[in-house]
Order: sequence, then C-alpha cells, then structure tokens
Amino acid sequence: MRCRRSTRWLWTGGRSRGLPPNPGGWITTTARNRALDRLRRQTRERRLLGEAALVTGVGDPLPEAEAVPDDRLRLIFTCCHPALAPETQIALTLRLLGGLSTEQAARCFLVAAPAMAQRLVRAKRKIKAARIPYRIPADHELPDRLPPVLAVVYPIYTTGLSGQEQPVLCREAIRLARVLGALMPDESEVAGLLALLLIESRRAARTRPDGGLVLLGQQDRGRWDRHLIEEGHGIVRRCLARDRPGPYQLQAAINAVHADAPTAADTDWPQIVTLYCHLYRLAPTPVVALNRAIAIAEVRGPIVGLALVDRLEAELDQYYPFHAARAELLRRLDRRGEAAAAYRRAAALAPPGPERDFLQRQPAQV
Amino acid sequence: MPHYLLSVHGVEGQVREPMTEEDMRRSHERLDGIEQEMKASGMWVFSGRLHEADTATVVRTAGGQTMTTDGPFTESKDHLGGFYIIRADDLDAALAVAAQVTAAIDTPIEVRPFAATSEE
Repeated sequence: MRCRRSTRWLWTGGRSRGLPPNPGGWITTTARNRALDRLRRQTRERRLLGEAALVTGVGDPLPEAEAVPDDRLRLIFTCCHPALAPETQIALTLRLLGGLSTEQAARCFLVAAPAMAQRLVRAKRKIKAARIPYRIPADHELPDRLPPVLAVVYPIYTTGLSGQEQPVLCREAIRLARVLGALMPDESEVAGLLALLLIESRRAARTRPDGGLVLLGQQDRGRWDRHLIEEGHGIVRRCLARDRPGPYQLQAAINAVHADAPTAADTDWPQIVTLYCHLYRLAPTPVVALNRAIAIAEVRGPIVGLALVDRLEAELDQYYPFHAARAELLRRLDRRGEAAAAYRRAAALAPPGPERDFLQRQPAQV
Repeated sequence: MPHYLLSVHGVEGQVREPMTEEDMRRSHERLDGIEQEMKASGMWVFSGRLHEADTATVVRTAGGQTMTTDGPFTESKDHLGGFYIIRADDLDAALAVAAQVTAAIDTPIEVRPFAATSEE
C-alpha cells in the first residue's frame, strides 16, 4: 500500500506528524543564480526584455531598495499590476514573458488577433501613462500584489494544456513559478503553486500522440515525468511542515495524492475528499464544490455524488466540466439517455480541442 | 515629475452611517497628518473638498452664444466630492498616498495620471 505509507498530506489543523520541520534552504542561491544565468543567455528573451524596457522606461535609475536584480520578476509584477484588468494581465505576461506572438496569444484566448493586438496596445499605453513601475514590490505590498501574479501563472499553465501552444505555455508557467519560488522562498503559496504545476505535469499524459484525450483512469502512468512529480512532492512535504496551508498548496496536495497512486484504482479518495473540504473552507467557489462532489462520488457512490453535483446547476450551467461530470455519474447509474444528453451539452459548451472531441464521441458510446 | 489626480466620488442618495463627532474629529486629524506628510515630502500640489453637485453651473457655447444652465454636467448618480493633485514618482507611490487617504475617510479613491500640467 505505497500510497498510504508515503502520503500523509492531510492538514488536520494540528501539527503534521513524521515530517522534518525544515522549511528553509530548499532552493539554494546557487541553483537560483544558475537558473537566472540560463534565462539571461537566451537572446530571444533579451529582445522581449528590450521591448518591455521600452514600455516601462527601465532606462531610469532604479531605486536602491532593489534587493533582487531580476528583470523577469520585475516584469511580471508590472504585467500583473492590479491597475490592469485580469485578462490584460495574462495577455501581457504571455506576450512579454512567455514570448508568444500576438497571434499565439489571441489563439489562447479564442479572440481575433486584431482584438488581442488592441488589448496589448492599450495595456502598454496605460503602463506608460500611469507610470506603472517596473520593480518588485516591498514586503508590505506583497499581500496585495502577489495574488494577481499567482493567479496569472496558473491559467497560463491550464491554457497550455488544451491549446496548440501547450509545450511553450506549460514550460513557461513552470519557469515563472520557479523564478517566483526562488526569489520568495518564504511565501508558502508560491511554493504551493510551483508544486501544483510540477505535479500536474503528469497531465501531459492526458493527450495521445495524435492529440486525443486520455482520461485519468486510462493514462499510462509510465509517461508521467516522475522527476518533476518527485520535486513537487518534496515541496508539498515542506509546505506541510511549515503548516500555513493555502489554496495552491491544497491543490498541490490533492494532485500529490493522485500522482502517488500506482494505478487509478489505488487512489486514496477519502484523503482527496478531506483535502477538498479544507480547500472549500478557504475558497468556497462552485468549481471547488463540483470537484469535491466528484471525489465524494468515488467514496460514497454515484447517487450521492449526482445529488451534490445537481445542486450546483444554477451556478455552473455554462461550465462544461459540470455537464461532463453529470454525464459520467449518470452513465454509472445506467441512465443512458440523460447521460448522452449531458455529454452533448458539455460538448456544445467546451472550447475546441481534445476534450471537446472526446465529449462529442461519448453519446454514441453510452 | 508625473502628476496624479486622486478623486473622491460621492454617490447621490447613498445613505452612509452617520459619523460620530469623535469619529469625524479623528478622521480630520488623520487627513491633516497625511497632508502634512505630503507637503513635507513635496508631493502635495493642491487639494480641496467641493460643495454638493447641485451647486454646480454649466456654461457652454451654442451657435456662437454663451449658454448657462444649472448643473451638474453629468447625469450620473456619482459626483466628484473632493480631490488631491499630487506629484509622485510612479503609480505605486500615488497608490500609497491614496491608500492612506481611503483608510482615513473610508471611501474609494480613483487615481488617474495627468497627461499634461501647467504650473507657475
């Protein structure tokens, strides 16, 4: 029972047992400097930083308080400044840090390239006109400034999972999280975000070489990048030892439990339910409630799960995973007609990509 | 140095919990303190509180003729109630001042950069 022995991910409110209380020193300065050197060597990046410099006017002398001389980190705090709208923050980050072309960024958001170009032009104009600074915020500003940065990195990753720009976006998201983690080692949620992305790298096994979708239960777990997953697990353990749980750390822990099961049937679902309950207390959103209901269905059966899922209909009617989850539970209950209808509804709402292709094939198979 | 307008908007008909005299005094004291600091650091340019929006008058030109009507100009429900004009190095410096003021008066503040200014 490997999964039970090696994972005690639960935050029970008290101290976690059996974990070394050693939160510090997990990313050394050497590793950080090596990573930064590598980043700087890349000439394409230089060009983008040049472009960013034009926008932010970094020709100006920088204030003395700059503890960390990292252009990329400064840039991400500029791109994710709360004075910019969230969708603009993501687009700017992808363009200026991810190195995506305007056309690629437009494809990620399913908007026309001219609309994306306009959004970027307006954002650059605002940065210049309002003088949004190009610097890392002071410690006392971080509670206000860090969440939007973290909130940009994760969608870059998930956008990458379903689109054509997959490898670029996923790599970039992990790289951004690494830079943030190296420079802010005391922020548990930054560590949690990095762990979440590293462990989620297993999701690369979700697509077949031809681009088709492979469900979690049928994935070849040998295709998961064990190295990245192990690194993520290590971070989750340190987060546990630190015992300051937050939404990213809990999501990382949930993924750690999934990744730790040698086969899908070995998944420790009760533990996942507990973690989702904890997450729901910190982030009571309908999407978290949906995921919790799906986990509960694995423990207490599809009837209970479906009742919980159905309660969320008013809030999630336009969210395709809601209909996909209902369809799956209805199929398990052998309510085939309703299952097929729910799959069709999910397929109609899903964006183009392997998930939609998968959903479109289902009604014929239930 | 860039200039910013920090504006405080009141919403017509919005009933706010009336402040006690003590609260009012403390709020004024805090504002005074903030203004002193702004003046000492050279950020302060001008500030003022306006009378109610219905005290406004609008002047426009129509066919070469001056036409004067009762205000306010905008038909919206929220109106400028007061403002600061400050000098700041960048948006974050302006936001830091706005954060102090909003905490003192418990009202949101809009921070907007000037495109051009003329001074004595």
